[in-house]
Amino acid sequence: MSDATAIEQSRIIDHPMHNRAQSLLPLKVSSLSYSIRQRALLHNIDLELTISGITAILGHNGAGKSLLLRLLHGLIAPTSGTVLWHDRAVAELEVRKKQAMVFQKPFVLRRSVAANIDYVLALRHAASRDTRDKLLRDANLLDKAKQSATSLSGGEQQRLAIARALATDPSVIFLDEPTASMDPAATAAIEQQLQSVNRQGIKIILVTHDIAQARRLADDIVFLHQGAIAEHTPAEEFFARAHSTAAQHYLDGQL
Amino acid sequence: MQTFQQSFAHAWHLVVTGDATLLEIVLLSLRVSVTATLIACALGLPLGALLATQNFRGKWLVNLLVNTLMGMPPVVLGLIVYMMLSNAGPLGWLQWLYTPGAMILAQTVLIMPIVAALSRQVIDDRWSECREQFQSLCIPWHRCVFTLLRDCQTSLFTVGAAGFARAISEVGAVIVVGGNINHLTRVMTTAIALETSKGDLALALALGSILMTIALIVNAVVLGTRQRLQS
Ligand SMILES: Nc1ncnc2c1ncn2[C@@H]1O[C@H](COP(=O)(O)OP(=O)(O)OP(=O)(O)O)[C@@H](O)[C@H]1O
Ligand SMILES: [Mg+2]
Repeated sequence: MSDATAIEQSRIIDHPMHNRAQSLLPLKVSSLSYSIRQRALLHNIDLELTISGITAILGHNGAGKSLLLRLLHGLIAPTSGTVLWHDRAVAELEVRKKQAMVFQKPFVLRRSVAANIDYVLALRHAASRDTRDKLLRDANLLDKAKQSATSLSGGEQQRLAIARALATDPSVIFLDEPTASMDPAATAAIEQQLQSVNRQGIKIILVTHDIAQARRLADDIVFLHQGAIAEHTPAEEFFARAHSTAAQHYLDGQL
Repeated sequence: MQTFQQSFAHAWHLVVTGDATLLEIVLLSLRVSVTATLIACALGLPLGALLATQNFRGKWLVNLLVNTLMGMPPVVLGLIVYMMLSNAGPLGWLQWLYTPGAMILAQTVLIMPIVAALSRQVIDDRWSECREQFQSLCIPWHRCVFTLLRDCQTSLFTVGAAGFARAISEVGAVIVVGGNINHLTRVMTTAIALETSKGDLALALALGSILMTIALIVNAVVLGTRQRLQS
């Protein structure tokens, strides 16, 4: 294990609640639908996540993965159905504050890299130079701390977005294709960080098109097809033999 | 009637010797327009942010009003402010007519819609990029606004400068509510209008060149600030 991840771990171990995701789990989604202008983009989603492992959401472009993440995180309200985290509605601020999201398109504030982290730490009343430097070191951005965040490359901005999400000290973290624009080394570093963070009890829900990544990281797979869940299967089983034909085709690289 | 050369020579003389009348007019112009710009920004930026980020009943009406006022000729706005400030008007008790206060009020009314409309556009563009991220972080609305204003500071600085440029160069509103009274409400633009009509081109030319220099400086500062903030 690298120094960076050890530091990340110590930061989280210090936290009084050991397995923090348990305060939000299980996640229960029932008969969830989402339509825009009469068009059903997601329909009849039933999902239950009980363990604080890494859940990967897979599916073709336009299957509704990003929408599902937004619904689970409470950024958009469903047309019908419910999302309950430990029997509490996702709309509750207390629930949402324990969650963080890294978006498909990274967003950074137009200020320095360090100030981007400081902003979130201040928001959570946890401003500290040490914490910030640790987060930046983990993201391999410490030497760019003073640089303007908008001048970072796409992959670097994504790393900053992940560091910023971790700065909120979340119990659940959503990531929408976090490594899509990263080089192999950065991808490996992020995966290692996610695994280490997850071992400390932070639930990770990840959308990815990188099948190898899902294989490496995921404990269970949710496969979305045309706005519905085709299957929700433990990862080993999924990759050995997916149940749904849609997932089999996806894994074989067919439409 | 002086020749052009004489006028230019005399104008140059007025500027370099710091002629008292000239100085008085320039300083009053700056005082009025800077104050109006500051007030217009203090009101217009939050209004722009509100229009960009919030939905409320009657929002389209406010938008309509802002957009209409933005293109209003200064004399017409001057007339409206004049009627408000006249003895029979609702603000008559202030006794502001033909004072610098009236001119500040008129210019504030003139440029506030511009500041609001331009900042609404700037903030709206940025808001669409960061709305979900802010929502995800559970940032309360007032804090979103502060963050947005800070995030867009370069563009908003330009918006303020545009407001100032409009204020210092307009003549219609200040002449109606200020009356172009010597030593009291005479500013650069009204003085230029008067002196030109009197045939005293020297003072008009001197004031005109100062006005152009101010425009040049404002633009230089805006460009410089943009570059500094972007690097
Ligand atoms: N605001 C919207 N208005 C209309 N349609 C939308 C809207 N948002 C999403 N959609 C549609 O919903 C479908 C699912 O979108 P979503 O972004 O969830 O796809 P995705 O599975 O994340 O795809 P990708 O792998 O390309 O990121 C798409 O067909 C998209 O066009
Ligand atoms: Mg997506």
